[in-house]
Amino acid sequence: MGPDKKLLERWHAAQIVLLGGSAGSFKILFRIIKDLPEKLGKTVILIIHRKKNFFSEIEKLFAENSRMYMREIEDKDILKTDTMYIAPANYHTLIERGGYFSLDVSEPVWYSKPSIDVTFESAAEVYGDRCMAILLSGANQDGAEGLLKLKKSGSLTIAQEPGDAEMAEMPKAAINLGAADYILTQDEIFKLLLS
Amino acid sequence: MDTEQGIISHAQVHELIDIVKKVHGFDFSGYTKASLKRRLTRIMLLNKFEFYDLKHVLINDADFFQNFLEEITVNVTEMFRDPSFYRAVNSQVVPYLSTYQHVKIWSAGCSTGEEVYSMAILLNEAGLGKKSFIYGTDINTEVLKEARKGIYSLRNIKSYAENYQYTDLKGSITDHFTILYDAASIHNELKQNTLFSVHNLISDTVFNEFQMISCRNVFIYFETYLQERILDLFYKSLCPLGYLCLGSKETIRSDSFKSKFKVINQKENIYQKVGT
Repeated sequence: MGPDKKLLERWHAAQIVLLGGSAGSFKILFRIIKDLPEKLGKTVILIIHRKKNFFSEIEKLFAENSRMYMREIEDKDILKTDTMYIAPANYHTLIERGGYFSLDVSEPVWYSKPSIDVTFESAAEVYGDRCMAILLSGANQDGAEGLLKLKKSGSLTIAQEPGDAEMAEMPKAAINLGAADYILTQDEIFKLLLS
Repeated sequence: MDTEQGIISHAQVHELIDIVKKVHGFDFSGYTKASLKRRLTRIMLLNKFEFYDLKHVLINDADFFQNFLEEITVNVTEMFRDPSFYRAVNSQVVPYLSTYQHVKIWSAGCSTGEEVYSMAILLNEAGLGKKSFIYGTDINTEVLKEARKGIYSLRNIKSYAENYQYTDLKGSITDHFTILYDAASIHNELKQNTLFSVHNLISDTVFNEFQMISCRNVFIYFETYLQERILDLFYKSLCPLGYLCLGSKETIRSDSFKSKFKVINQKENIYQKVGT
């Protein structure tokens, strides 16, 4: 069964796509990155937990395999359509009202820098209901609060089905907060993103 | 208006910026607002303040302001953050510095001094220790007190060991510290060629001439127009052919400054002043 009509409508209306992932999210993210078309008509932002001194590896692998233009965020980059941005390691990524990114080196949130919460919250403040966000597999609670803020501001929010995730903790935390409009499996997420 | 504790509106952020400028003379209007708002929210939550409480203490409690200044600016720093940057300085800037009889370096926005001492270690290892002098500046007097002490918790120093290892410098980071119980104190020979003082990048001017200026992960908190004003200050503070080091995600974007600085290392954002 395909995604329901309402969900499809909201996905098509979204301009900013936020993907948050941590432990166990690499495989699904890699598949998403490979399959998303070059011209999606949306801005995609990836926030992935990772170790600070190996930053070039994931970015390189993703950039080499993505069809969409991919770029590691630099300070004051302007958000553009049909571009996939990846939040740099060892910084928090914020979104400013003028439609550009700003970076921040302050304390980790949930032991994480980049923190998914930080980017989700600032996206909620600036773009409100123009966002859609998916919180994927992960072993801590980062992203749950941020997803709730997005939901409250009218964004479409999705958590990966915990039973289907390699690490259930992160999507579970979001579901427990009531932050997810939809709970979807990997396959359902793909169907939606490629519809 | 939102009444949830610790939540402030965009308009309220501007109101606070205005108060701080009028009452204390610090101008935060060129700071990026998303980060500023996060810091303000944090201060309110830490102190259990509503917006009006914060406004009140900012106007009426002079002592609170020092604490406010410490919390509003981000003072998180590491020794040898981005090890590849230090490798680039070693191979691309040190040869230039070594041609000078005396080397003057400015670390702008130095916080608690970790970057100043990282640079001191690097220069000392390169054999330039005796002839170089590093000025560390910050707007915050409290962090400068920590920087002058040069004493860090052993746990922190150990967390920088991995960074150090990737810099290709010999030995280990603890070689440069005297360790007493859980405190690590930077060696005196590294400390004696440093000076820490208050300098506000937004309102203060040129105070010396340098062969190298390092200002890393400071511009990320500033709007583009303010970055340009400070680039002008740096340009004027550098000797001809002097080097400017920005953070690894901070690039010179303005066309007028692109022609004044040559890119030496694009990945690490190391620039060299051209012209006079």
